[in-house]
Amino acid sequence: MKAFLNFLDKKITPQFEKGGKLHGMYYLWEALDGFLYTHGEQTKGPSHSRDAMDLKRMMITVFWALMPAVFMAMYNTGYQANLILSKLVEIPGGSWQRVVMGWIGLGFDPSNILSNLIHGMLYFAPMYILSLAMGGTWEVIFACVRKHEINEGFLVTSLLFPLLLPPDIPYWQAALGITFGIVIGKEVFGGVGMNILNPALTGRAFLFFAYPAQISGDKVWVAVDGISQASPLAQLADTGMTLSVSWMDAFLGFVPGSMGETSALACLIGAAIIIVTGIASWRIMLSVVLGMTGLSLLFNMIGSLTNPMFAVSPLWHFVLGGFAFGTVFMATDPVTAAFTNQGKIIYGLLIGMLVVLIRVINPAFPEGVMLAILFMNVFAPIIDKIFVNKHIKRRLSRIEASL
Amino acid sequence: MFEHYLSLFIKSIFIENMALAFFLGMCTFLAVSKKVNTAVGLGIAVVVVQAITVPVNNLIYHNVLKEGALAWAGLPNVDLSFLGLITYIGVIAAIVQILEMALDKYVPSLYNALGIFLPLITVNCAILGGSLLMVERSYDFGESIAYGLGSGTGFALAIIALAGIREKMKYSDVPKGLRGLGITFITVGLMAIAFMLFSGIQL
Repeated sequence: MKAFLNFLDKKITPQFEKGGKLHGMYYLWEALDGFLYTHGEQTKGPSHSRDAMDLKRMMITVFWALMPAVFMAMYNTGYQANLILSKLVEIPGGSWQRVVMGWIGLGFDPSNILSNLIHGMLYFAPMYILSLAMGGTWEVIFACVRKHEINEGFLVTSLLFPLLLPPDIPYWQAALGITFGIVIGKEVFGGVGMNILNPALTGRAFLFFAYPAQISGDKVWVAVDGISQASPLAQLADTGMTLSVSWMDAFLGFVPGSMGETSALACLIGAAIIIVTGIASWRIMLSVVLGMTGLSLLFNMIGSLTNPMFAVSPLWHFVLGGFAFGTVFMATDPVTAAFTNQGKIIYGLLIGMLVVLIRVINPAFPEGVMLAILFMNVFAPIIDKIFVNKHIKRRLSRIEASL
Repeated sequence: MFEHYLSLFIKSIFIENMALAFFLGMCTFLAVSKKVNTAVGLGIAVVVVQAITVPVNNLIYHNVLKEGALAWAGLPNVDLSFLGLITYIGVIAAIVQILEMALDKYVPSLYNALGIFLPLITVNCAILGGSLLMVERSYDFGESIAYGLGSGTGFALAIIALAGIREKMKYSDVPKGLRGLGITFITVGLMAIAFMLFSGIQL
């Protein structure tokens, strides 16, 4: 290993440094080198704290925290599709995933764990690879042209983005969405740490408003064409439908929905990881849940004869749709959330309340988590500003009192 | 009745936000949003002016301009609604002028805080748009007060949020060609996506 490291440092790196042949691609090499080994140079002076907790470590931790959700995304996508397919007499064609499943010969049995997992993987993996390739390409292009370092942030964005999508969305739309998210949502502001809106959510919102047919409604949540399977939230909102899933199913994630959002349990495991490692703010998560609970209890008390969403309890709100996923992985995005501790609480409370408000009184969208978080991203800087000014005022008055 | 006014008020703040749903008053919205403090000043000025001019224009429309409105003067067949645009802008300019003089005399601190923004507002399309929309939707007097207050508040909210974002964006590394107005346009577009959260709510 030592010899390889020496080879990289002595032979390859100089090619990319100033005066080398490949200097134009220095930042690409720097990132690759960073993936293989950590940065070659270290600060030696005593005034620096040398903590291994850098941006790279943070992003990798979030990556691992997302793994339960990724597993559930694959398993549930396959499970939902198999559930429908096993009831059909003839397996419909027209999807390469089913052709591949035919080659493997596992059949479409929802009780077969391996079949579910592989079937789901055939949907999730290409989407993830595509999103990673597109996100990575844009990141590299911008890094080389604008001469900034390649940040590991795009790894997380590229993993979050496919988790927010329904399984059957066309690949070109997914590519367009991640492109919009990375380029307009992040790179035009200067890259990681300088954006104002969460890039993955920006891409998702762009797709939602540009191509609503492929990302909302009743037909998109199960990976079998033309099968209408309303998500539980839509079932709750419609008086003509009855809820077809139990609370436990929704908690574990065995319901139709966006690939990664269905399982509250997987999100809670992720939440534990990123709270314990100190990456995400527990203040935000807690206050989102509190805001949601408060307003949904209020709606429960008011009640309504015509709108069944008034009666949905906080426990159901918690497990349905993208609430848990958004709370854990989206609202806590350290770049776009509020920075001040009091600000985080206000920010979280408002997200929680907006989610319930949109779910209950907006008939246009059954789900409001993603847009609620985007909306509060817009107001996060001003919330911070208010609290920072308050601190300044308090400290000033202390000085004035002591004079 | 109160509920009706309240829902109109809320609707004009969030669902039909002047700046981010109708894109009215863009010139001031983009130009005066560099700092939060000035944005707050402009926001307050817009709320005040909007809350006064929309009801006043409403009175003028219903008592003078509307078809048959001059019946009280013995002229039941006169329709002056073609004078609407010029009347409203004149009324807005006059009210802004009076307001400025009154503030200068009685509340000089507020006058200084608002500064140049008060005269600027005369030509803000959100203000004129408020009066025109009020006529188009045939609001009555009470509704026009709620609508004027709400649409002004919505504009103020949007411009303060944008100013907050732009202050934060001082730390951003925007590509050279996009610095200044370019990135602000993109930011406003992204904000408008976020505001679409409320589109579709029926109040």
